[in-house]
Amino acid sequence: MPSGLLPSHPLDTAMPDLAIIIPSVLNGITTGSLYALIALGLTLIYGVLHIINFAHGALLMVGLYAVWFLNVQLGIDPYWALLIVPPAMFALGYALQRGIIGKASHGRDENILLVTLGLSIVIENLALYVFRSDTRIVDTPYSFETVEFLGAFLPLPKVIAFFGALVTATVLWLLMARTDLGRAIRALAKERKGAELVGINTEHVYAMSFGLGIACLGVAACLLLPSYYVTPQVGHGFVLIAFTIVVLGGMGSFVGALIGGLIIGVVEAMGGLFLGESLGQIGIFVIFILVLMFRPQGLLGHKV
Amino acid sequence: MRQLLVLLAVFSAIAVLPAVITSEFSLNIVIMMLYAALLGQAWNILGGYGGQFSFGHAAYFGTGAYAVAVLQVQLGINPWIGMVAGALLAMAVAAFIGFATFRTGLRGSYFALVTLAFAEVLRILSNSVDFTGAGVGILIPLAPGPGNLQFETKTGFFFLIWSFTLAAFLAVWWIGHSRFGASLAAVRDNEEAARALGVNAFRVKMGAIILSGLFGGLAGVFYAQYFLYLDPYIAYGPAISVESLLVPIIGGMGTLFGPLLGAVALHTVSELTRELIGDVPGISLAIYGALLVGMVLFLPRGLAGIAARFTRRNKPAGTETRHA
Amino acid sequence: MTGQSMKKGVDRRQFLATGAAVLGASVTGFPAVLRAQEQTVKIGLIHPVTGFIAFSGTQCREGALMAIADINAAGGIKSLGGAKLEAVLADSQGKPEIGAAEVTKMVEGGIHGIVAGYASSISLATSQEAAKTNTPHVVDVGVSDQIVNRGLANTFRFSPGYGKIAEFAVSNLDTINKAAGSPAKTAMIIHEESLFGTGTAELLSKALPEKGIEVIDVIKHANPTRDFTNIVLQIKSKKPDLIIPANYYNEYVLLARTMRQQKVEAKGIYSVLGGAASSPKFVAEFPEAAEQIMDCNHWYDPTSDLALQRKAAAEAKGLTYTYEVFLAYNAVAFLADAIERAGSTDKEAVIAAMGSSTFDKHGMPYGPTKMVNGQNEGAQPVNTQVQKGSIEVIYPDKFASAKPIFPMAL
Repeated sequence: MPSGLLPSHPLDTAMPDLAIIIPSVLNGITTGSLYALIALGLTLIYGVLHIINFAHGALLMVGLYAVWFLNVQLGIDPYWALLIVPPAMFALGYALQRGIIGKASHGRDENILLVTLGLSIVIENLALYVFRSDTRIVDTPYSFETVEFLGAFLPLPKVIAFFGALVTATVLWLLMARTDLGRAIRALAKERKGAELVGINTEHVYAMSFGLGIACLGVAACLLLPSYYVTPQVGHGFVLIAFTIVVLGGMGSFVGALIGGLIIGVVEAMGGLFLGESLGQIGIFVIFILVLMFRPQGLLGHKV
Repeated sequence: MRQLLVLLAVFSAIAVLPAVITSEFSLNIVIMMLYAALLGQAWNILGGYGGQFSFGHAAYFGTGAYAVAVLQVQLGINPWIGMVAGALLAMAVAAFIGFATFRTGLRGSYFALVTLAFAEVLRILSNSVDFTGAGVGILIPLAPGPGNLQFETKTGFFFLIWSFTLAAFLAVWWIGHSRFGASLAAVRDNEEAARALGVNAFRVKMGAIILSGLFGGLAGVFYAQYFLYLDPYIAYGPAISVESLLVPIIGGMGTLFGPLLGAVALHTVSELTRELIGDVPGISLAIYGALLVGMVLFLPRGLAGIAARFTRRNKPAGTETRHA
Repeated sequence: MTGQSMKKGVDRRQFLATGAAVLGASVTGFPAVLRAQEQTVKIGLIHPVTGFIAFSGTQCREGALMAIADINAAGGIKSLGGAKLEAVLADSQGKPEIGAAEVTKMVEGGIHGIVAGYASSISLATSQEAAKTNTPHVVDVGVSDQIVNRGLANTFRFSPGYGKIAEFAVSNLDTINKAAGSPAKTAMIIHEESLFGTGTAELLSKALPEKGIEVIDVIKHANPTRDFTNIVLQIKSKKPDLIIPANYYNEYVLLARTMRQQKVEAKGIYSVLGGAASSPKFVAEFPEAAEQIMDCNHWYDPTSDLALQRKAAAEAKGLTYTYEVFLAYNAVAFLADAIERAGSTDKEAVIAAMGSSTFDKHGMPYGPTKMVNGQNEGAQPVNTQVQKGSIEVIYPDKFASAKPIFPMAL
């Protein structure tokens, strides 16, 4: 072993300056709201279809490329793209569930797992072929803007994302609570046979749920890209964290996903400050494991 | 007994391959198929026979791999001993994860996600401590010789992985014909009912995860000795966990030969798409993914499902529908 | 899953033979079929053109292909009667085991030399596999010094490793700092967690104090790191004179953007291996954030007409002229030069010719080519700085196109 090359600061735990804790927490909250946006779609899919969607990251990437493409080719601002990308993603999600995922399941979890895995390989590599592997960004007038709050400079795109997450969670909640579709989705999530008996078209409602979940990814993509980038592999960085949030918040709970996202954002920020940025990532997974072991229904979920 | 004879016949036939294959490249494909079958069989013990879906088999693979590498490089311990240590440590990690999750009653997708998280924790730790070489990785010195568990030719490595894989398949054959296997199947199909019949579900599941960890660890030992370089992403990254579950699910979960069928099928598809499609980045992998989707659409019970349609004897053990 | 690909010149028979081999049936006919016609020299190019590092892998492949096209256009290998170079392409998918399998396949196909594999982990695997058959192997980028230090006779690297790069980074920084009256007394290193960042950071944090620059913190971060605010807040609170990043492009973009949002002020930003001042793409996309950033990295010699011609040719093809392109180009050119001088594709002869190489048509800011244990001792990085939106070489003087601006004056 090249012993001279071994890092001598693996546990860089120097006490951080206390003055940066408040900005760090605030920043964790705004970053966490972006995670929450990605997790909202996942929790809907998880809560209703009870499937682990391996293609979630790849579909986020599709959304990001859509936003990038609209911006670079047609000059559409990422926030105006909110009118275009989420509906398009909804249609994509509906078609995927109705045309492929639902058909492939044959009533077995492992098939869904395989089919979403296969889809993610297809989507990622098609993106690599079409867009190539270059890192793409959008240049907006507000990319570098910040909002000063409690002594912290919060990037404007992230502040917008924070409110975007609140609005999206509220809209989803209203949709589930107040609409016929929402009632059908909830019925289906609880008891498939019963839902079928009362005449719910399960295939359609499953596809609507999946479509809605993917539409949430479209919203997340519009709000994320101004402060991030897109590559064919970009989704991988968010999938695990989104699952963590879904479990933390309770599968199928929108408020849980929102709060879970904020918590994970703050945990990540604090882990980074106190354990070092690399090792600090461990905090997320430790919390995840502990929550699963001691409160598997999540913070706001129902008993499983 | 007939199944055992078939198993031995298949592995004897495989053992002849180095004598007839003169191409190192082709022999390497066979080696990688056996390696995939080993990983897949490790997963199959817990996932197929035990019904516990793990997304974190990299935890055992990486532990076996790092054990043999670290003991050699940092402490100068012979890799044959390292191999045993790797297997034992992988079993210990499996026992720990099993204890933590089965005690708290985690099942289904919860179990899947928690195993994934454990593998990630190990990846981050191996990236942060000195003795694994952290992000720099760890390089085992090239020193071919059976005493160093390295071989001049691929034939040597072939017999190493062949024996590991045979051991795993024999273990699974035994599971299929033992009281332990019957209890495991009972727990998988209906844990409450199994308990009512007096099966100690916790102990049975612990047995399965530890055995699964053993073979996952051996796959890691093999990888380390064959390729001689590890870093946290190679050892504990999600790619290994995914391959572990892909192979038996494609081949047929809860069947003895499923992992072998799956390994051969996946490698064949992968080779052929790349041969056919050429060098446009992305396209051959996209087609590989599409074929995966196609397999699921048309072969809902894996390749072993087709075999079962014809032979009835080789009935897949895990055929009870689990609702999505 | 390991998959193989041999792209150029795979005919139907080979395909069928491979298919059969895969299925474990008629396997013995396969290698013979791949042994091709003798009038071409086959160069294997193994790069990660899919997966996480696909961008760099693709850039390497493009550079290597340009070299092959240029050499063929200039009459091929003259000592072999004008034999043309033939590229045999392979995708390692970013995985060492797939890279190694590609080597085995190429060797059986009668490859004459291999250029691989961008990442150090893959280069370790490919060179080791090629060593088993003593196949000439040139590492294009992989900066780990383990690649050349383990005594593989077939393995050469024309570009510098990170030991050399870190040594230069420190001594050049010292020179630039002293010339400005030593304004920099403290530094903070921000590095990615894999081999190149960790190794570089380790060497720098040992060497900088010897030059009177105290390293007040070293921050290691994951790939990907989704948010750099935390790191930048720590930089702000510790107020180092110098910020030294060593990370991949995506993370660098986020780091630079966040430093600007958080209004970080430092006397200098000095990246080692991978930074704004060696990325034309970054400078084009973030001209303001890039201004006056300094790098110590691979770069071409701006005073060499040869280098400028190649750059123009690459840009005419629509390529961004990154270090991957010219390092892979030179790895191929170096190998071809050795074959030319050996007058044969005999492995021993080519390896001996590489070992005694004095190859000088590289357009790089290197000293005379001298191979010691497979490493080109003449190879070295340079310092670049973004000045008014263009990337200038500022050190060593011999290759400089501009004077350093230090401390930063914006």
